[in-house]
Amino acid sequence: MKRYLFLSLPALIVVTAVVAQEQVATFRQGTPLHENATPPAIAKVNNSDLRQTRNYPEQPPLIPHKIDGYQIDVHVNQCLQCHSRAATEVSQAPMVSITHFMNRENQFLTSVTPRRYFCNQCHVTQGQVRELVGNQFIDVDTVLDIARQPQDGGD
Amino acid sequence: MISRRDVIKAQAVAAAAAAAGLPVPVAAQNLVTDASLTELKWSKAPCRFCGTGCSIMVATKAGRVVASHGDAKAEVNRGLNCVKGYFLSKIMYGSDRLTQPLMRKTNGVYDKNGNFEPVSWDEAFDTMAAKWKETLAKKGPQGIGMFGSGQWTVFEGYAGVKLMKAGFRSNNIDPNARHCMASAVVGFMRTFGIDEPMGCYDDFEAADAFILWGSNMAEMHPILWTRIADRRFSHPHVQVAVLSTFKHRSFDLADIPAIFTPQTDMVILNYIANHIIQSGAVNKEFVAKHVNFRLGATDIGYGLRDENPLQMAAANPNSGASEPMTFEDFAEFVAPYTLEKAEEMSGVPAATLEKIAALYADPDTKVMSLWTMGVNQHTRGVWVNNMIYNIHLLTGKISTPGNSPFSLTGQPSACGTAREVGTFSHRLPADLVVTNPEHRAHAEDIWKVPPGTVPDWVGAHAVEQNRQLKDGKINCYWVQVNNNMQAAPNIMEEGLPGYRNPENFIVVSDAYPTVTAEAADLILPAAMWVEKEGAYGNAERRTQFWHQLVNAPGESKSDLWQLMEFSKRFTTDEVWPSELLDSSPEFRGKTLFEVLFENGKVDAFPLEQTAEDYANHESEDYGFYVQKGLFEEYAEFGRGHGHDLAPFDRYHEERGLRWPVVDGKETLWRFKEGSDPYVSAGADFEFYGHKDGKARIFALPYEAPPEVPDEEYPFWLSTGRVLEHWHSGSMTQRVPELHKAIPDALVYMHPDDATALGVRRGSEVKLSSRRGFILSRIETRGRNKPPQGLVFVPWFDARQLINKVTLDATDPLSKQTDFKKCAVKIEPVGA
Repeated sequence: MKRYLFLSLPALIVVTAVVAQEQVATFRQGTPLHENATPPAIAKVNNSDLRQTRNYPEQPPLIPHKIDGYQIDVHVNQCLQCHSRAATEVSQAPMVSITHFMNRENQFLTSVTPRRYFCNQCHVTQGQVRELVGNQFIDVDTVLDIARQPQDGGD
Repeated sequence: MISRRDVIKAQAVAAAAAAAGLPVPVAAQNLVTDASLTELKWSKAPCRFCGTGCSIMVATKAGRVVASHGDAKAEVNRGLNCVKGYFLSKIMYGSDRLTQPLMRKTNGVYDKNGNFEPVSWDEAFDTMAAKWKETLAKKGPQGIGMFGSGQWTVFEGYAGVKLMKAGFRSNNIDPNARHCMASAVVGFMRTFGIDEPMGCYDDFEAADAFILWGSNMAEMHPILWTRIADRRFSHPHVQVAVLSTFKHRSFDLADIPAIFTPQTDMVILNYIANHIIQSGAVNKEFVAKHVNFRLGATDIGYGLRDENPLQMAAANPNSGASEPMTFEDFAEFVAPYTLEKAEEMSGVPAATLEKIAALYADPDTKVMSLWTMGVNQHTRGVWVNNMIYNIHLLTGKISTPGNSPFSLTGQPSACGTAREVGTFSHRLPADLVVTNPEHRAHAEDIWKVPPGTVPDWVGAHAVEQNRQLKDGKINCYWVQVNNNMQAAPNIMEEGLPGYRNPENFIVVSDAYPTVTAEAADLILPAAMWVEKEGAYGNAERRTQFWHQLVNAPGESKSDLWQLMEFSKRFTTDEVWPSELLDSSPEFRGKTLFEVLFENGKVDAFPLEQTAEDYANHESEDYGFYVQKGLFEEYAEFGRGHGHDLAPFDRYHEERGLRWPVVDGKETLWRFKEGSDPYVSAGADFEFYGHKDGKARIFALPYEAPPEVPDEEYPFWLSTGRVLEHWHSGSMTQRVPELHKAIPDALVYMHPDDATALGVRRGSEVKLSSRRGFILSRIETRGRNKPPQGLVFVPWFDARQLINKVTLDATDPLSKQTDFKKCAVKIEPVGA
């Protein structure tokens, strides 16, 4: 029978000190199911232009600016006005990834493949809001850091 | 803000430290090159979200998922993901994962009104089993119920059906797919006599026109939308028509946009049928050889409670009856649906309607029709499915590349599990039904249980289950892999009262504490996605497998393990009537686990056959290859009957295969000679789901919806999803990037309606129906742009439970709720 080589990740073990509680639905933040909380104000969109670290290389980068009213339709793709290969010297925006020039057969086309035309299927803006609940995903660098620390008897 | 200069400075400090002989901080080693550290273990898995069925490559390191990306080898998505798919790596790591069972208790004992306290699996199952036994003794199998999911793995759904129908002898099992796919299923069964699309995703690269009937694919099936966008932009002759009751992102690609008045899709479809006939575009040879015409029963009600006045007023409530008619009769039936009438009723300009009709009528234009919840969540959803098939059958545009009426699915295994395994209250695997004695006997034979074990009564469907919980008819209820207190309609009147009914004991298995979990009495922590070995089936009949890649946190266990473990606590003597045991005494004293899972078939494959490099927590517990045994037994139902599945092991090698898989080959287009091995030689087309080999065109009229806006409740409400969140948001809202992309539900409204109400973007409002209300905020500039008189509210947000407002009217044939139409009023809050 196979076994994982399982590293103990002591910092990561979920310690849920569960005490008796009536409301468990985290997202409801204590509002009973039959009641309605005041909805939060519509969030402002992060417009800092500062790029955010990706969780892993394959993650599509988040959009660090507003895109209100951007036209991406059968006529125009406004994103490419700054992010296309030819525009980046002027715009100083990141060029779309070279993967975006590949068709279904992994061949490079002369321009961005239409299958990647609708940028906002993968790239999204970020509202200035708090997380509803934390996330304990850790990136591979951190996993490696922990993995390289002396092991203390994890199975 | 960190500048490039700061980074260089930090690197200089590290270099100085190294020169001085000090330990170099780990972060200073700026490129790890040791292969033992940099190499990741990549494995395939289907995406956890929608019915598209993208294949994902998942990277693990030291027992953690650390990255994921679209699988370049997968035909479905060829390396692409949508934004949700790209963040799959994070869905299992929400910090409020459930890690142990929680039960409501006071002073150390179970109490319906107590608070949740951690308990052991033993205590959880002991309490559950005692409740089940008490109810079974008192009320029999109709007193218990189960609500499963199109997110169950194939193995889980199969074990669930078997436990309920052959173990507890109760057909009160239904999946949440009832809310999304039931109308599609009944539509297929009526028209073709066999479920699921005849075409496949290869149609996207072959069609000349795409026509969307109530589907926002740009957000809900983004990867299929990339294939349409690719086809449309790469081949300029291709046209895209989008029909909806409000403008949404799919309109960005629309050559022919059409906003129609709710419910008038039926008028437009009958107009198109009429246009095809009047313009001489009927494919006469195809129709003569392969199609029958039927006149359907009308005035069939709205799936409301029997005592509802609307239901009592119906002439033929819940009737799916039909009688034969001729082509000429049909032509006469649709003749009143003229262009003028269609324009007047639908509000779509005549010129637009003509363009859409012309795409279908032109014999040289290959048409792919696509639809999802706008059609299925409809009080005449089955009819609308039938009516779409009508126009494809009249023109013979079916079962060939690019000619494809294509019903899309919303859940990753709505097809694979809910439909193919048959986890509905009336179904058995491979399209068999409990009301047919031969079908029951066949199931009993495969399951090796005594004749008469499987009950003949149709169990309670999703909406009916909530009603029966409220009425105290079902008292023990187990919910797995879904969030029905957020998803089901009319929860204030028909949902919450049932879960909190003091007579009832409600169990919810989930990975996270959802609103449904909060409404329960016992919460069981579930392993999710790649924390277990699984199989899903997507919308194009593609069955895909994955291995367990990481361990589930704490004590959480897969739904499969939970079902099998629970079965150990019952013996046949406790749950089967004496007649059954008298006729088959060899079953006496056996546990349901022994009867259902140690039957010489499910336990036929030894643990050694599990993959060398992957764990399998259920098989390790039970000592045999659980998933393989379940699958091979299940596959007996379909092999040789048009639903053939390949041998189990092959699916671990392939990026999925489309059934029927015959002689090792998948089937792309069913019912067409040359591509479907089940079609008789020389038949050209054969719709073998019906005994006469013909498909059926149904004559069905327009009928009005049950609730329409009036003076007091002047707006239509449509609910739905958004791209960034999947269904109730229980996974995607725990990914910070997805939550921040769309943090809250909003009321999407026309700016002129907002002005008239004295509100503007961001204003707080109370949105109410005759049944309940929510508090939300107005959005007038968002991605959804409703016409005046209609608002759209997404249902992902647990803080704004829009299903407090919706109406539990269903299609009377499919029992699927219409979440797209009810009447609401909107009032400013404060000022």
